[in-house]
Amino acid sequence: MDVEILSRIQFAFTVSFHYIYPPLSIGLGLLMVLMEGMYLRTGNKLYEELTRFWTKIFAVTFGLGVATGIVMEFEFGTNWATYSRYVGDVFGSALAAEGIFAFALESGFLGVLLFGWNRVKPIVHFIATLGVWIGSMFSAVWIVVANSWQQTPAGFQIVGEGMNARAEITDFWAMVFNPSSVDRILHVWIGALIAGAFLVLSVHAYYLLKGRYIEHSQKAFKIALSVLIFTSLLQLVTGHSSAEGVAENQPAKLAAFEGHYNQTDQAHLYLFGWVDQDNQKVYGPYVPGGLSFLLYGNFDTPVKGLNDFPADEIPTAVNAVFQFYHLMVAFGLFFIGLSLFSAFLWWRGKLFQYRWLLWVFVVSVILPQLANQFGWFAAEMGRQPWVVYGLLRTSDALSATVTANQVLFSLIMFTAIYALLFALFLYLLNKKIQAGPFDESGTEQRPLQESIAGVINPKTN
Amino acid sequence: MATFLGIDYPTWWFLVVGALFSGYAILDGFDLGAGALHLFFKEEEDRRIALNAVGPVWDGNEVWLVIGGGALFAGFPVLYASMFSAMYIPFMLFLAFLIFRAVSIEFRSKEPMKWWRNMWDISYSVSSIAMALLLGVVVGNILWGIKLGPNYEFQGSWLEFLNPYSLLVGITAVALFTMHGAIYLAMKTEGKLFAKVKNLLKQSMILFIVTYSLVTLYTLIYLPHLTDRLHENVALFVVPLLAFLSIANIPRLVSKSKFVMAFIFSALTMSFLLILVAVELYPTIIMSTIDPIYDITVYNAASSEKSLRFMLQITAIGGPLVILYTVFVYRTFWGKVKLDETSY
Ligand code: HDD
Ligand code: HEM
Ligand code: HEM
Repeated sequence: MDVEILSRIQFAFTVSFHYIYPPLSIGLGLLMVLMEGMYLRTGNKLYEELTRFWTKIFAVTFGLGVATGIVMEFEFGTNWATYSRYVGDVFGSALAAEGIFAFALESGFLGVLLFGWNRVKPIVHFIATLGVWIGSMFSAVWIVVANSWQQTPAGFQIVGEGMNARAEITDFWAMVFNPSSVDRILHVWIGALIAGAFLVLSVHAYYLLKGRYIEHSQKAFKIALSVLIFTSLLQLVTGHSSAEGVAENQPAKLAAFEGHYNQTDQAHLYLFGWVDQDNQKVYGPYVPGGLSFLLYGNFDTPVKGLNDFPADEIPTAVNAVFQFYHLMVAFGLFFIGLSLFSAFLWWRGKLFQYRWLLWVFVVSVILPQLANQFGWFAAEMGRQPWVVYGLLRTSDALSATVTANQVLFSLIMFTAIYALLFALFLYLLNKKIQAGPFDESGTEQRPLQESIAGVINPKTN
Repeated sequence: MATFLGIDYPTWWFLVVGALFSGYAILDGFDLGAGALHLFFKEEEDRRIALNAVGPVWDGNEVWLVIGGGALFAGFPVLYASMFSAMYIPFMLFLAFLIFRAVSIEFRSKEPMKWWRNMWDISYSVSSIAMALLLGVVVGNILWGIKLGPNYEFQGSWLEFLNPYSLLVGITAVALFTMHGAIYLAMKTEGKLFAKVKNLLKQSMILFIVTYSLVTLYTLIYLPHLTDRLHENVALFVVPLLAFLSIANIPRLVSKSKFVMAFIFSALTMSFLLILVAVELYPTIIMSTIDPIYDITVYNAASSEKSLRFMLQITAIGGPLVILYTVFVYRTFWGKVKLDETSY
């Protein structure tokens, strides 16, 4: 395999692995803020116990996010040297801003969040929790700005030629607010909040099923469900807005999302399907003209197809892009259905009465993770063959001096390390969940808890 | 070229990057040093105290590396690209150890079994030492120069980073961080553990002074171009002199048990040494051992003036904020380590 393929695999692998953790940290951050906020408002110890419990899990996801994050920052220089020279002037400043404004805030307060319970006043501790959460939200901002600039470059000029060509900033704010930044930041944020909400829902649904920590779990479940109801609906809005942006700025990518080849064909919207790339056909159920309708409000407006672009300027993995994109959307629609249905039951006072529903929540924790990954895969593979859309090709972005063997070495190294980390992560997560917020045997009798457990879980009592 | 207070923008940014890396060396330096000493503590309780001395702060300290890397990327993309791709293997190894250090701290306390804790203790200590060593090796290569050719691309072989001079600088870095970490631990411990730390501190001071002298000698003999600049401008001799004085001051303060002051002086030592590297090289950052026309300098590596100016503004706003909450965190955890239920 050549350096390009290896470097692409390595980057995709390391960034995907990184992206397991930040969404959880960002999402849990909000829930911890809400739980601790409830504690300060009500003074109810139960909320404090919940906050402390989730802080412990947060520490694990956060730690892994930090440990895996620096890898990609370095990879820009080690594996994508030409790209680094090309974009450093514009892109670097976003990365530097991220460090100064976001990571420092986050990591600074993290110490107080994790170890400060007995050292600072509750309100100061709350501020630290808030600081960590806001810091993590900001981390997402700058890196997504940088990535959005690659998708839809703006606010720059090209200076120099050939190997020495590079983009220089002409307008910082135009660079930051490039055409896709805002849509994508919102979409990424909300995707992260959904991931965090599902983790809390899943763990507490599990406790409810096992008849443990009933009182705590019902409270936590409701907080997380409230977050999920809002975010899952909002995600449709931001996703739609992203799609409109893609249609305008990266029409070839949009065509790949829907497997749309010829402008003359009516632009269908597929629910799911299979793209036959050789015959340029998609098989699957569709809404005739649905894509035109979503983008332009009527069923007949033509939409550019892949054949309208030079053959070397469109993504090659059309079917993969199509699948990733459609799976993400399908999961998004499922989240909306699930949260609205649960909201209805909650309203009718029957939220905790169906064991099957709780089981659905237990296992669904994996879906937002997949949606997040697939979203990135669709966005990044749909961008090919460009590293910087329309300006710099991925194949021209490599480090000239690095050899395939070196990359192979590092790829194997990261694969081994990450496999180990992932196993440890799952092991510890499971252990913490099994241990629960506190030692049940050690606390005073909780009559309320038992009576509720009797209602929803007759078998165990 | 436009200037601000008489200094041009690439030079300003060079100073910012230098300050960030000094900050990183001073802060993460003591974590790495404490890690390097970790296996010398035999009792479980002692190890926990040593670990929790850095527990609440190491992550914030590491952020200085993230920011420094970002600042280097943003301000000197040419340098970032050439240096990182030239030293691909050392940087990848550094990343591996960085990951292992982080997860060792995180995972060690999660199980009570002895083998589990020993395993993470070893991984923690080895990673800390290896990180310090690799950082030193990179600095050594920068001092020595690398085979840069047209387009500032590296032309040498991948193993060249492992030369005797760079290794010696690497070992010196380990010694320096270990001494620095020992001083930090001396501030954070008491009783029998404190006595042990003090003993280790003495040994690491000796190790540092020996290795440092060797590096100085080696430099004087084999890298005369580095000292040329000092000869040209005699006023610059004040830098090595200050470095020397602050190093000499450390054993004095330690023997009087003034650890806070000793810590300050070992921090100053790191800054002076980095400033020394900077004045010896500036305006070059990495010399080409092929031809001086391929030297990477602050000027040919820099981003556009517009972007440098903008980032200086960002730094002017963000820098004080970072310092503010760094101070807040250190104040919160000031004093001897006390273990409680939230500790590692
Ligand atoms: C700021 C920059 C940036 C950010 C935030 C991301 N990426 Fe990316 N990605 C790149 C910058 C980049 C890149 C350096 O530009 C790559 C390397 C090769 C390429 O074509 O683009 C890339 C490639 C790339 C590929 C390979 C595409 C291919 O070669 O066909 C995948 C699958 C991902 N990324 C996935 C992700 C995921 C899961 C992310 C979420 C965390 C992510 N990217 C965020
Ligand atoms: C190529 C892309 C990326 C790079 C270079 C990168 C870089 C980093 C670095 C260096 C760290 C460690 C910071 C520290 O030491 O404290 C980190 C952590 C983090 N990153 Fe990334 N990152 C990338 C992608 C993303 C994306 C897309 C998000 C968006 C959600 C994100 C969100 C975070 C967060 C929230 C943290 C803090 C740790 C955590 O919460 O898990 N990162 N990243
Ligand atoms: C509900 C329907 C959804 C629609 C219509 C939608 C639409 C989109 C579109 C068009 C993109 C590509 C943007 C680009 O390339 O610039 C995208 C990317 C992405 N999606 Fe979705 N999405 C939906 C649901 C979700 C859900 C539920 C999640 C996660 C929980 C998610 C996570 C992501 C992520 C992480 C990306 C990559 C970042 C980005 O490019 O914005 N999406 N989505």
